Amino acid sequence: MLLLAWLGLAAAQEARPLAEDPVLEAQVMRIADELRCLVCQNETIAASHADLAVDLRKQIRQQLQQGRSEQQILDFMVQRYGDFVLYRPPVKSSTWLLWGGPFVLLGVALLGLGLNIRRRRSLASAPLQGADAERVRRLLGEEKS
Amino acid sequence: MKRYLLPLIVFAVMLGFLAVGLKLNPREVPSPLIDKPAPAFKLARLDTPEQNLSLQDLQGKVWLLNVWASWCVACRVEHPLLVELAGSGAVPIYGLNYKDKRDDALAWLAKHGNPYVASLSDTEGLVGIDYGVYGVPETFVIDKAGTIRLKHIGPVTPEVLRDTILPLVKKLNA
Repeated sequence: MLLLAWLGLAAAQEARPLAEDPVLEAQVMRIADELRCLVCQNETIAASHADLAVDLRKQIRQQLQQGRSEQQILDFMVQRYGDFVLYRPPVKSSTWLLWGGPFVLLGVALLGLGLNIRRRRSLASAPLQGADAERVRRLLGEEKS
Repeated sequence: MKRYLLPLIVFAVMLGFLAVGLKLNPREVPSPLIDKPAPAFKLARLDTPEQNLSLQDLQGKVWLLNVWASWCVACRVEHPLLVELAGSGAVPIYGLNYKDKRDDALAWLAKHGNPYVASLSDTEGLVGIDYGVYGVPETFVIDKAGTIRLKHIGPVTPEVLRDTILPLVKKLNA
């Protein structure tokens, strides 16, 4: 009950700046939407109610008011928490597997598919010889009668 | 027989990846601050708030920065170990009292013992943000030049202390 009351209070405190400057707040939320909350890892800073997320939203708001750009703020976060905070990690040598992996797998799958189709085609086009042809004719004939 | 070999290999590789994945702790995010200069701070001491302590004051020695709070349950787990470590005199421990109330923090130290040479009051959690703190307790090893050499997330266990922190402190002091 106490926790609920406290959460309500926290929400009320968060809501106040929204009324003051909706443009700034929209910008804060857009940046916070790009950042992962480290306390509850599957939430964004924008969505999370964790204490740290509230603090970091405050931090984003203050830095925007100081005239810092979105990129500067993202850099500020990466410097402290690493690439992990970014929902869209940068392409670099340590992440090429992450970005390229799916395409490599797709390539391997397509190659396998192509080889398989070619193999089947060459099997189908080879004419039957001697005893095999005789057997097919017999089986087909049996079916008809 | 041969047609089963490839799926079996694929399965084994997948099993290997999954086994490694099970052992990883997703809560331990590698800190980008390792081997970087410790972020500067200047904070009031918890015991004597009229006095400030800054990063420069701690230059020239190897020390531990332990992030703690009276509201932090896991801190109670590691605390006896820290008290013991402080008693051994192996390395000075400084506390970062993270987003806490002064009275609560002082009462907590009085009750559980005070292993810290000094604790810093980070009431707003701003220094915590500079150090990339996201889960209290956290422990940093900082060398003589003021470079962060290790970050441990979560309670310090006897194993971590014995196998990682103390050997590192010894090496840095050498």
